[in-house]
Amino acid sequence: MAMIAKGQSPETVLPQKKKPGGRQRGQESRITWSAWIWIAPAVILLLAFFIYPLIQTIILSFEKTDLLGNVTGFVGWQNYKEIFTDPNLLNTLKNNLIWLVLATILTVGLGLVIAVLVDRVRIEALVKSMLFIPMAISATAAGIIWRFVYAYVPVGNGNEYGLLNAFLGLFGAQPQAWVTDQRFATFSLIVIYVWIWTGFCMVIISAALKGIPDDVIEAAKMDGAGRFTMFWRIMVPMIGPTLGVVITTMIINVLKIFDVVYVVTGGNYGTNVVAVQFFQEYFLNSQYGIGSALAILLTIAILPVMVINIRRMRAEERAR
Amino acid sequence: MSTEVPVTTGQTDAAAIATKASLTSEKSQARGGYLHGWSGTVLTVIVVLIGVLWSIPTFGLFVASFLPPQLITSIGWWQGLVQGNFTIQNYQNVIQANGMGQAFINSLIISIPGTIFPMLLGAFAAYAFAWMKFPGRDWLFFGVVALLVVPSQIALGPMYTLFSAIGLTGTYFGVWIAHTAFGLPFAVFLLRNFFAALPKDLMESAHIDGASTWRVFWTIVLPLSVPALASLAIFQFMWVWNDLLVALIFLGGSPSVAPITLAVAEQVGTYGQNYQILTAAAFLSMALPLIVFFSMQRYFVRGILAGSVKG
Repeated sequence: MAMIAKGQSPETVLPQKKKPGGRQRGQESRITWSAWIWIAPAVILLLAFFIYPLIQTIILSFEKTDLLGNVTGFVGWQNYKEIFTDPNLLNTLKNNLIWLVLATILTVGLGLVIAVLVDRVRIEALVKSMLFIPMAISATAAGIIWRFVYAYVPVGNGNEYGLLNAFLGLFGAQPQAWVTDQRFATFSLIVIYVWIWTGFCMVIISAALKGIPDDVIEAAKMDGAGRFTMFWRIMVPMIGPTLGVVITTMIINVLKIFDVVYVVTGGNYGTNVVAVQFFQEYFLNSQYGIGSALAILLTIAILPVMVINIRRMRAEERAR
Repeated sequence: MSTEVPVTTGQTDAAAIATKASLTSEKSQARGGYLHGWSGTVLTVIVVLIGVLWSIPTFGLFVASFLPPQLITSIGWWQGLVQGNFTIQNYQNVIQANGMGQAFINSLIISIPGTIFPMLLGAFAAYAFAWMKFPGRDWLFFGVVALLVVPSQIALGPMYTLFSAIGLTGTYFGVWIAHTAFGLPFAVFLLRNFFAALPKDLMESAHIDGASTWRVFWTIVLPLSVPALASLAIFQFMWVWNDLLVALIFLGGSPSVAPITLAVAEQVGTYGQNYQILTAAAFLSMALPLIVFFSMQRYFVRGILAGSVKG
């Protein structure tokens, strides 16, 4: 998470309009006690849905659960130790790491490249829409859509109806079981995820690109900057803060990856990830201890991003 | 949770951002003008290829859903496209026989209140955070910002236990509450930043004219915030409509109230190879979000930018 520059100035992400009422806000001295009534429903619900369960989950993660799902007492760090020693669970952690690295780099990287490419063509809006549509599709539907890409029919058992195998077959390649073969499965899932989320990254990055002042680009051109210089030396640094935000957002999303995996493989074929394993342990196997420990690990992994967010927010509030 | 809250933090000036970023690019200005000539053509071709590549999977399912059941997995959809032997039988089967019609209605019953409740409660809280002074205000608001990224997984277990104990699992009401709670941090965050940017004079003069806080909220703040509310509504609607995890946990055991995502996911599990059902059902589940997306694209994009990028 070190890639987010700590001191980044929030002002530079997108060109900002001065907020008319912003400066005086909060300076009125009168305390409005009725404010508590306005916030009460939200605060009560948030306490009930986040704070109470957080405490419960922390406690459960230190307790033993027997095979019948009865919580049988305090066991200290044992659940956590199990996560880091059990080969199955270790594989889950490893998968999450693969996801974190590959899915984040691919979504942000492709989003950046495509944003730069579409910026200079007339049919920009159309192409953006095409990339963006998967965002509106549920992972359940996406899972079925991709069945028709990854479908596998062993040679001699009939016609390939999976697009990928049929396409590779044109070049004489053997059909592969993309989703059920452990060697490919996680990567196949990541491709689906990249398909869903690249449009999201592209839209945000594209907005930031449009915020680069024209004179900066013109000046660089005058100085004879070529395309690659322009990309790496001008565009990327200028939108650095936005890239930071997109990367943090994607890190959080990828860490919590659940439904693509759940729908397509159900965590089988060596593709399990923390959020799916959590669901299986807690809700299917009644292993509340392990399940809770997994949820806590997920939260801890996200903690640095939370701290960064609050810091940035505070800086903005002070700047008001 | 496929459509996770695309949020980090940052103030919002959705209106300002919206003009900057548009899919429907009425304002979008090419960086240094559009490319012309040879390099422009090459670039256009590359970009079109990317767009087509991205659309092929969805298009494939679309074609497959109109193929006769016996052909879906015996020929490639691209071959079916050439043969032109289409039918709407799959859709008829799905709607009539497999409870998908009911699941579609369930999705609506879940999504509409699941969109309105968090917006309303979020707007109340956001108004207080933006325009009232009270002890602990900033502290509480930062708490909300922190919750933006907290994985719902930590809440699901204990809340399931609690809901089971008071009989809320398997009910619409239970899912509404869950979606409201999970949607609230984003709603409060987005609306508070938008409200805070509204002109102060307007509200002061209303107060001087004797309008109550309640009246100012309904007659001035909300009407002025329509763009932010629209973005939020689309987002929240899509999350709830496309949600699988919350439905799985709180409605998993009750097929009669299950939303369409859950019903389709169940079909994948039970009849893994029942493609004539799956294709049509998947497309049916996508229909509404796609309509919302195409008709309100601009607000959708605005919401993304408001939530994830400082404006």
